[in-house]
Amino acid sequence: MSTRLKTGGRLIDRTRQVEFSFNGKRLKGLAGDTLASALLANDQMLMGRSFKYHRPRSVVTSDASEPNALFNLGQEGQFEPNARGTMTELFDGLEAASQNHFPSLEFDVGAINARFARFLPAGFYYKMFIHPRPFWKHIYEPFIRQSAGLGKAPKARDASTYEHFHVHCDLLIVGGGIAGLQAALTAGRAGREVLLFEQTPHWGGRAVVDGAVIDGQPAEAWVTAALQALEAMPNVKLRARTMGAGVYDHGYALGYERLSDHAPGAPGPRHRLWRIRAGHIIAATGAIERPLSFAGNDVPGVVLASALRDYVVNWGVSLGDRTVIVTNNDDAYRTALVLKDAGLEVPAIIDARAAGGGALADEARKRGVRIETGKGINQVKGGKRVTGVSLCAQAGEGAALEEIACDCVAMSGGWSPVVHLWSHCGGKLLWDAEAAMFRPDPARGPTGADGMPFVTTAGAASGPMTTAGVLADATEAAGGGDVPFAEEPAAAPLEPVWMMPQGASYKLRTKAWLDFQNDVKVSDVQLAAREGFESVEHAKRYTTLGMATDQGKLSNINGLAVLANELGTDIPAVGTTTFRPPYTPISMGSIAGEARGEMFQPLRKTPMHDWHAANGAHWEPVGHWRRPYTFLRAGESVEEAVAREVKNTRQALGLLDASTLGKIIVKGPDAGRFLDMMYTNMMSTLKPGRCRYGLMCSENGFLIDDGVVARLGEDTWLCHTTTGGADRIHGHMEEWLQTEWWDWKVYTANVTEQYAQIAVVGPNARKVLEALGGMDVSAEALPFMAWADGTIGGFAVRAYRISFSGELSYEIAVPAGQGRALWDALLEAGEVFGVMPYGTEALHIMRAEKGFIMIGDETDGTVIPQDLGLHWALSKKKDDYLGKRAQARTHMDNPDRWQLVGLETLDGSVLPDGAYAVAEGTNENGQRNMQGRVTSTYHSPTLGRGIAMGLVHKGPERMGETLTFPKVDGTEVSARIVSPVFYDPDGEKQNV
Amino acid sequence: MSERVHEGLVTLREMPRRGMITLRGDLGDRTLRRAVEAGVPMPERGRLTVAGARMAAWMSPDELLLMAPHEAILADIATLRTALAGSHHLVEDVSDARCLMRLEGEAVLEVLAKLSPVDFRDFGEGRFRRTLLAQVACAIGMVSPHTVDLIAFRSVTDYVWAVLENANDRAAPVGHF
Repeated sequence: MSTRLKTGGRLIDRTRQVEFSFNGKRLKGLAGDTLASALLANDQMLMGRSFKYHRPRSVVTSDASEPNALFNLGQEGQFEPNARGTMTELFDGLEAASQNHFPSLEFDVGAINARFARFLPAGFYYKMFIHPRPFWKHIYEPFIRQSAGLGKAPKARDASTYEHFHVHCDLLIVGGGIAGLQAALTAGRAGREVLLFEQTPHWGGRAVVDGAVIDGQPAEAWVTAALQALEAMPNVKLRARTMGAGVYDHGYALGYERLSDHAPGAPGPRHRLWRIRAGHIIAATGAIERPLSFAGNDVPGVVLASALRDYVVNWGVSLGDRTVIVTNNDDAYRTALVLKDAGLEVPAIIDARAAGGGALADEARKRGVRIETGKGINQVKGGKRVTGVSLCAQAGEGAALEEIACDCVAMSGGWSPVVHLWSHCGGKLLWDAEAAMFRPDPARGPTGADGMPFVTTAGAASGPMTTAGVLADATEAAGGGDVPFAEEPAAAPLEPVWMMPQGASYKLRTKAWLDFQNDVKVSDVQLAAREGFESVEHAKRYTTLGMATDQGKLSNINGLAVLANELGTDIPAVGTTTFRPPYTPISMGSIAGEARGEMFQPLRKTPMHDWHAANGAHWEPVGHWRRPYTFLRAGESVEEAVAREVKNTRQALGLLDASTLGKIIVKGPDAGRFLDMMYTNMMSTLKPGRCRYGLMCSENGFLIDDGVVARLGEDTWLCHTTTGGADRIHGHMEEWLQTEWWDWKVYTANVTEQYAQIAVVGPNARKVLEALGGMDVSAEALPFMAWADGTIGGFAVRAYRISFSGELSYEIAVPAGQGRALWDALLEAGEVFGVMPYGTEALHIMRAEKGFIMIGDETDGTVIPQDLGLHWALSKKKDDYLGKRAQARTHMDNPDRWQLVGLETLDGSVLPDGAYAVAEGTNENGQRNMQGRVTSTYHSPTLGRGIAMGLVHKGPERMGETLTFPKVDGTEVSARIVSPVFYDPDGEKQNV
Repeated sequence: MSERVHEGLVTLREMPRRGMITLRGDLGDRTLRRAVEAGVPMPERGRLTVAGARMAAWMSPDELLLMAPHEAILADIATLRTALAGSHHLVEDVSDARCLMRLEGEAVLEVLAKLSPVDFRDFGEGRFRRTLLAQVACAIGMVSPHTVDLIAFRSVTDYVWAVLENANDRAAPVGHF
């Protein structure tokens, strides 16, 4: 059984008990425990079930690479799935639940899958579910979705908060083991500005567990002294519980700080995402021990040798009384010594190397441990727990030689440098055959803007696995300096073991796990290779090797070695899969940061926003603005409110908050020339005091914006843009000015937000302005398409006589700070004239009744002004304007283009938006031919029937013809082609 | 309008409207420099200058933001336009287009660094720059030690306040700077 030892445990505080629960069962741990160590201390070895076969699972590691010990943590707003028990610090009240089982962890019906494992080989899902085709959608997929998946998806809203933190530093060092600390000391002493991250709460990494001796003192003492020295350096910043999650171009890196995972409910953010711009990055990320591939290596109780040491030394926990150690290298012998020190039994060390180990092996032998060289494990005995192992010759096919009773197996297949951060941005690896590892190739690092590598690895991440080697490499990585002295027992070389025994039978290979979480075995990878999945990336996806939440941290190298063997090639020829950030999963909340709730997205408000909100505004998002779609009154439907607003504006007086319209000042000696290029029509000839409607095209000829331009003075124009176009068009202007016409004397300024603008619209528009008093707004003083500065009701205003509704209309601009006051004054003075504010839908209907186009309705990025019958706005006098050349291309200057017309349903109904008009015959895809589509469609309260605009093949030549529009409900509606101007075609109403 | 105050890692205060002028022109031109320096010293790249109630901030190689008490702004605009008459320039009132927040306290850069991707290591008194605040454009200037004025667009005042208030949470110190 697994249990707490009487002594030991450098990270736990035996005086402080911590209560927690697992699957509802109340358990006790100690302060300093991880969830995994606390469960082990309570003899809770069984921690979960594997993904495919629902095999019993327990911890196999003690760190971030854990694939098995995954839990649902917490409840409701603090629920989190797939939390690694090895990285979860225990706290009072922690609630953990195991995953992927039904009905219970101990008895799981899904485990039946394991019995049928021979029918569930690699690629099973692809092969099984491809026929019959319709079954996938209706039967297979829903079933698989039900059964698949580890953690549950959270249902409640996340109760925690998150934040980002931007920081620049000269040197980011990731990893707080002795390599990271030594690199930080070296760089810090050299005066460099250093930021050092450690993903766990503890500094020192493996060295303190493995008994390293540095400068004649135990590693722990050296680490403490190093931390003190670093904390005294003002140029060095240390941060624990912070993982270097990813490295991106240009020295950008992400750090993932876990602030209150160990103390939920603590005030402040739960996670902080560090967004770092580093001059250089040192990845001192250590190495990961590899499992060995022998039959039954997934049975609970089989762990990595280094992890077992961690549990004993750090948390005073043993996984069993009798531990068999199986290895191909010297390092695992340390586990035997640690276990002996703790008074536990080591019945045998099974060393796959015929020649056995070096100094550590000698010491183990001296301590009385039986060592079997040239041997391997034939099979692990036991189901939910290890009960023993049977031995075999490593060189053979697995004939059992002997059984040894044990309740724990510690395995070590060698070490792989953690090259993730090196590789995220393109650092290349080389295969070190001697050490049997991929390690960073210093000649091919991820390069920055200067062509030099901006990531360096330090310590075990570079390849060296001895204390002295690690310290020397870390010192070098940080620019060189004094290297602390460390002595290492002489080690015998590692011998690569990718399968145990070397010639394992098929039966054994089907029980030798590579990927514990996803149930990928040696036999699966071999099958994939035989079926032609030769690329490691293909084999990965076919078998799901390395696609589990641990992203192949344990399985990657073993898997590709098996693949290489099966393909009869060598490991570097197969290569690794791609290392992608993040290193381990980070919370979605940390990525979002503060962007949730009211901060999810900026919401732009006009000066009159609060009035709208208080007066029934039914909002419509327009870009980041909220504009009132209509103002609802008690008992009204949206349609009724819109109809009321249209009718009232046409008959009496409407007010529109037009503040969102873009307003760009264009000034300078070359401003006229510039606007002549920007707009299709002539703006340079506009007289001061006058306005002109203009069109803007991209250089490809397509219509991108429209609006009224006013000439404010000799060298100054004001360009109105669409609401959504303000920033885009300002950028468009600046782009041309800065990149093409940089020698033209033109300045622009986006003054959209400086002004509130109110459209005063309807037959009573002039009356209300006159009632407020001030400037002369008569037809003579301020004719249609003129503007003037003056005062109205005591406000200093600029009044534009422009109309987007077809009615008598003024747009009154005031500094935004006075917008609300002017709005209130107009409402008050307008009361006797029947004033009523209207929203964007009434605006749209009134412009459609007049046949005015709307950017985004009549245009979609493929429409040119000629399509919309706007030839009159295309200046013939100008040599050039943006889009002119493009519009002369054959497919643009083409009578077959669909062109704008009005559409009037025969039955008076409203055409569906976006409906297509069908033509005779079918196209090459067997679809019905089309001859037009609806671009705008409304019920016109003014005319009492449906009106629409659309683009129709040769439309303007076909006035009076009837088109058929199929509807989604299977019925059709007929509409007649008419003029797009439905209301007041002669413009008498606006020009009074 | 009642200006909001929030006490957290720093004191965050919504400030009353301040007069602001966008001036575009040749910043090396003697006429322009003289026109600016009549009110406030010419700011260098990435900096702001203060003279009494007036400030000038460097926005781009051909743009300054001039600030003055709001009641003085129309007169300032007229003076500038007169002084610059005949040269290529642009002078526009943008006072109403902006909101203004003031952050005061030792942790002022730490609060801002939660929202802005700025290298704050050398952001001392007199520095001024345009940047992002979470998802919106803004400009920040350190007007005196531990005091930053933040200018953003008027329409997003509430958003700016919300993200600043959130970042100013007393329970969320970083302790980095």
